[in-house]
Amino acid sequence: MARRELQEINAGSMADIAFLLLIFWLVTTTIESDMGIKRQLPPPVPPDIDVPQAKEQNIFNVKVNFLDQLLVEGQSLDIKELKNKTKSFLIATGDGLISHQIGNEEIGKNRDVILITGANGKTNAAFPEREWVRKADVRAKIAEYEQIVIIAEEKNKDAFRKVLKDWKDKLTTIKLLGGDYKKLPSSALISMQNDNNTTYNTYLQVQNELQSAVNELRDELSFSKFGVSYRELEEVYGKNKQDKSTLEKITAVRAVYPQRISEAEPRDAGATYY
Amino acid sequence: MSKFKKGGKRPTGAISTASLPDIVFMLLFFFMVATVLRTEDEKVQVTRPEASELYKIEKKHLIRYINIGTPMDNRYGTEPVIQLNDQFSQASEVQDWILKERQTLSESEQSKMWVSLKVDQETKMGIVTSVKQELRQASALKVLYSATSRARTGSEE
Repeated sequence: MARRELQEINAGSMADIAFLLLIFWLVTTTIESDMGIKRQLPPPVPPDIDVPQAKEQNIFNVKVNFLDQLLVEGQSLDIKELKNKTKSFLIATGDGLISHQIGNEEIGKNRDVILITGANGKTNAAFPEREWVRKADVRAKIAEYEQIVIIAEEKNKDAFRKVLKDWKDKLTTIKLLGGDYKKLPSSALISMQNDNNTTYNTYLQVQNELQSAVNELRDELSFSKFGVSYRELEEVYGKNKQDKSTLEKITAVRAVYPQRISEAEPRDAGATYY
Repeated sequence: MSKFKKGGKRPTGAISTASLPDIVFMLLFFFMVATVLRTEDEKVQVTRPEASELYKIEKKHLIRYINIGTPMDNRYGTEPVIQLNDQFSQASEVQDWILKERQTLSESEQSKMWVSLKVDQETKMGIVTSVKQELRQASALKVLYSATSRARTGSEE
């Protein structure tokens, strides 16, 4: 009998096996990418402290009930319109103008502003009144606080230095924007309240629309003043925290459109506020 | 009578595929090394909602996850529950958990901790709110509402 020749095993199919393994791996592993909406929760409030109430016109009220319906400034609203209405709140001013100014330029002049009727029935009264931040005033404040820092007691110096820095930032902001600007009153905020039976999805969609309104306005302003979107400014700064000029630009945009989205203290499902 | 063939086409031998498995194995190993494996089991079913205004936290080691959803195994019921690390938990346990997790970070980074809330989109807000209240009490104020991305809703621009 002839001895059989030892045959080499055909390795051609090895590639197929390896490919199968590879594809199996690709399909089963999820590359963890965690993205989401960033929020800063308010610090805990001691129970015996009364939170001061801001003026009605300075608050943009958004309530969501247990059927996932929206009540915005006392009127029911479709979520699709929420973004535009929020923008109106951030643009319009309580002195009857549906635009605010930077220097001589009117921002949002040609925009379709949805007038908001406040709970008291007045349209203009539902908007916060923007206040001028003028160069001359800011300069005067800086001079004032420079003196105060010098004569202040040692323990208070840091606090005053911080105030001084805030005013100096405002001056930089005016320079960057190219003129005096109107700022929202510090008590202006967007307040959201939900029911315990609101679905999480609706809650997040509302949060998203509110955020979207702020982001779009910031992007718009940033584009017209600096030629890049606000998002890009943040990304550039995120990569290089030493980048002072980008930080100044971010501060400038934030000064005009602050992000103040607050979540009211939760209420019981039984509460009849809707 | 020439020694050399002229003009005749040489038959080109088939390219050897013997090294193909090696190449593919290398790819495989690359992916195995590069992908981060989940360190914990998901015990609750979470379908994250969609949103457009998303941020990514660059430093992943600063993130701690809280999952809220219905249990995968329906022996544990069909009501939404909270999952911390690998365990089902009560909202009241969140504070202790936060304190413990904070200890795992270096002192300078403790204040930079993020809590990512992975919540199923059908969950009612009641349970989420109670977790949020606990987070506030524990001074873990930076939260990320985890979501998958979608386009912005019709903007007028």
